[in-house]
Amino acid sequence: MVPVLLTSACNRGILDPVGPVAGAEKQILINSTAIMLAIIIPTMIATVGVAWWFRRGNTKAEYRPDWEYSGAIEMVVWAIPALTIMLLGGIAWIGSHDLEPSKPLASKTPALKVEVVSLDWKWLFIYPDQGFATVNQLVVPAGTPVSFRLTSATVWNSFFVPQMGTMIYTMPRMATRLNLQADRVGVFNGLSSHFSGDGFSGMQFKVQVLPPDQFAMWEQGAHGSGLKLDSAGYAALSKPSSYVKPMTYGAVAPGLFDAILANRVPSNPVPLPDHNRPVNGTKA
Amino acid sequence: MTLFGRLTWDAIPFNQPIPLITSLVVLAAVAAIVIWITMKGWWPYLWNEYITSTDHKRIGIMYITLALVMLVRGFADAIMMRAQQAMAIGQSQGYLPPEHYDQIFSAHGTIMIFFVAMPFVIGFMNFVVPLQLGVRDVAFPTMNNASFWLTASGALLVNLSLFLGEFARTGWLAFPPLSEKAFSPGVGVDYYLVALQISGVGTVLTAVNFVTTILKTRAPGMSYLRMPVFCWTALASNLLILAAFPVLTVSLALLMLDRYLGFHFFTNDGGGNSMLYMNLIWVWGHPEVYILVLPAFGIYSEVAATFSGKPLFGYRSMVFATLAICIISFCVWLHHFFTMGAGADVNAVFGIASMIIGVPTGVKIYNWLFTMYGGRVRFTVPMYYLIGFMLTFVIGGLTGVLLAIPPVDFIVHNSLFLVAHFHQVIIGGVVFALMAGYTYWFPKAFGFTLDERLGKAVFWCWFIGFHLAFMPLYVLGFWGATRRMQHIPDPTWAPWLDVAFVGAAIIGLGIVLTVVQLLYSIKTRDQRRDVSGDPWDGRTLEWLTLSPPPHYNFAVLPDVHGEEAYWTRKQTAIKEEQLIPEPNYQPIEMPVNTPTGIIVAFFASLCGFAIIWYIWWLAIVGLIGAFAIFVWYAWRDEHEHIIPVEEVIANARERRRIRMEHLHTVSQST
Repeated sequence: MVPVLLTSACNRGILDPVGPVAGAEKQILINSTAIMLAIIIPTMIATVGVAWWFRRGNTKAEYRPDWEYSGAIEMVVWAIPALTIMLLGGIAWIGSHDLEPSKPLASKTPALKVEVVSLDWKWLFIYPDQGFATVNQLVVPAGTPVSFRLTSATVWNSFFVPQMGTMIYTMPRMATRLNLQADRVGVFNGLSSHFSGDGFSGMQFKVQVLPPDQFAMWEQGAHGSGLKLDSAGYAALSKPSSYVKPMTYGAVAPGLFDAILANRVPSNPVPLPDHNRPVNGTKA
Repeated sequence: MTLFGRLTWDAIPFNQPIPLITSLVVLAAVAAIVIWITMKGWWPYLWNEYITSTDHKRIGIMYITLALVMLVRGFADAIMMRAQQAMAIGQSQGYLPPEHYDQIFSAHGTIMIFFVAMPFVIGFMNFVVPLQLGVRDVAFPTMNNASFWLTASGALLVNLSLFLGEFARTGWLAFPPLSEKAFSPGVGVDYYLVALQISGVGTVLTAVNFVTTILKTRAPGMSYLRMPVFCWTALASNLLILAAFPVLTVSLALLMLDRYLGFHFFTNDGGGNSMLYMNLIWVWGHPEVYILVLPAFGIYSEVAATFSGKPLFGYRSMVFATLAICIISFCVWLHHFFTMGAGADVNAVFGIASMIIGVPTGVKIYNWLFTMYGGRVRFTVPMYYLIGFMLTFVIGGLTGVLLAIPPVDFIVHNSLFLVAHFHQVIIGGVVFALMAGYTYWFPKAFGFTLDERLGKAVFWCWFIGFHLAFMPLYVLGFWGATRRMQHIPDPTWAPWLDVAFVGAAIIGLGIVLTVVQLLYSIKTRDQRRDVSGDPWDGRTLEWLTLSPPPHYNFAVLPDVHGEEAYWTRKQTAIKEEQLIPEPNYQPIEMPVNTPTGIIVAFFASLCGFAIIWYIWWLAIVGLIGAFAIFVWYAWRDEHEHIIPVEEVIANARERRRIRMEHLHTVSQST
């Protein structure tokens, strides 16, 4: 398909954003850190300086054994943190609203819809408009907003692609919404960032960001996959397994996401043994 | 149904060498200690002076001993995790399979919070608060003893999971649905739930006790605004316990109903909602942080004033800041799950509320700074911890405020950045304070000081070890590393994880040196006797009495004039070159010893163990036993014993003689 893009993912996490959401969040992180360091570094220097200057052996330092209050200093020490927090509070308020995960991203290109289901212990990505699905491999076109609906078929997880920004929980019987976009072509790491049991560490996935024309080619290829995600296919997929190799289902039972959401699909057909070791799939 | 419920030989980890060998070593160590005590003939002493004691000081010492022992256990878990993460990179799976690793990080968190930090803090409140308030004991001495033994019972059950069965593999807060029976059918979560329920009863009783003690039993003249700041923080902390721990009890009880009786509070089916548990547990969980850190702030305040030779700067401001934190800490729990999709308004409100806590906390930092300003700072071990804390904690505060900004939390939530943050505030804030307090009050408890040189070595181990262990985790958090990974996918993280392992090993060296320091100080105690009762030139009432204080603390309850009760008194005496006239001594009534606490805890442990393993007959025996002991205790005839006036006078005159001698030395030197 697109062999050149399957090279190993560069991973500098949240400091190397590849889309508008991650970029804005990194900026807020850096700005807020800078604002606080401007207060904290002088405080740290003053702490060491004052302690050292007023050491018992220093005869030059004035000893004021009864000095315990100064209204002016009190006002300053309440004002400094209060003003800092007011500034940061403003950033938090604006940032929370601008970057609210459920808010659609402004773009001329219509958003690609993806439904995400966390299973024990792998990720299922359903493309409802295309009618196919992938496991542990999310493929999206560059420069196009992606609108996610997310849920879990078992326990809580959190969907996170550090370089694309915002993570969000996947929770059984509940759907969360997330809007992200990747502008840079490449392969990026994704993971679950909420502990979900013994196979948790093997719940990594890859995000492939393709140029739009190559994405169209990939879509056609995906349709051609012989695997079908019908009830038998889903029953097989939902058995606990970890480190599962990426795969593609050419066809998906319509309304699967909503059926999982409504708990109409048996989530765990096999009762879990007492020591529930993950079945190792082929290691990625 | 069998006699022993689901307890079979399979519960013993014969096929898992690590827990098996650990179990054997621990059992051998416990047996060795028991044999040693028996051979020395110390059981009667331990039984009378500690185990059944209603003396708040002895109970405090038992709490701190429990905390130190459990610190070793919690640290063993920590170093195993660091070793696993340093090894299990790329192709290697390390030495711990997931089902074992998951137990270790769950046990580490549970133990460090509930059985190290909590008993350590409560131990100091026990030892110090009645002395600082100038009274003879807490309001309910027998209940105090029972509180301790119930906490110990919880600790016992958690450790028992090492030998029999398993511990929870769900993380230290056991979030459903993972902790529900469908996903965690084993005994691990049950160990967690039952142990915390039993120790939680102990904690709530402690809070009832201390709120009552502080509000109702203070020395004459000790008005609220004359209480030492440590007492204020203890009051705030206990009010938080009273409000928050019942929420924990209810959340765990609901989860128990789900697991034991098939209820559907948090299940995926039957209309359960796991989000509810997340909210409930953090309504307890966030105040819990302040339950620990407020008394730590109190310790720093005492240390700062004493070793700067000055009153605490901005006392009223400090009290106000403490109470502000106490209240705001209940309005921020949602910041633990900004990534749950609550919506922009909710996230922003809780984010800003969380940041607001930074204001009173920042004020405290500046007040300690200005306490040193104009002082004569003595660089003793507690002072090292204070300065180390101030430097470490402001960075922890910075990362905390970052986490409180929802859009930043969206990218660092649950990451190693978060792990580094809360260790920075808990080690840098709470543990440093506990180590400072340990050094500061040790001579009051045992009559001799700890070795200073080794104490400083311990400090440097904690300070350097902490930074090496956790600064790399901030970096890895930026790179997208999440917490609780049994296997590390990216080989480029290896160097940072190696550094973190070295840091943890240095902290381990610090813990070893703490033991060395204790043994060495006991061995050379004659060189460091504290005869004056006031080794640090202290300012609060605990330094007025002998070291160690008599059971009744004060021959006559002190009259308090001014904010710094003992300092004022000491300065007057130095100026007038005489002590206050000898008061009219009276015989003193003190509560009698009682085995109620340990027997109740024994039955509670039996009951808890039986519930974990479904041994229903034993659970009923345990419940009835514990209840019967309470009834038996309620019908007791003898409440108090009288300390004869001769003994009181003898002790008091000895104390006055020492103080007079001290006064002469002071007046000669000036």
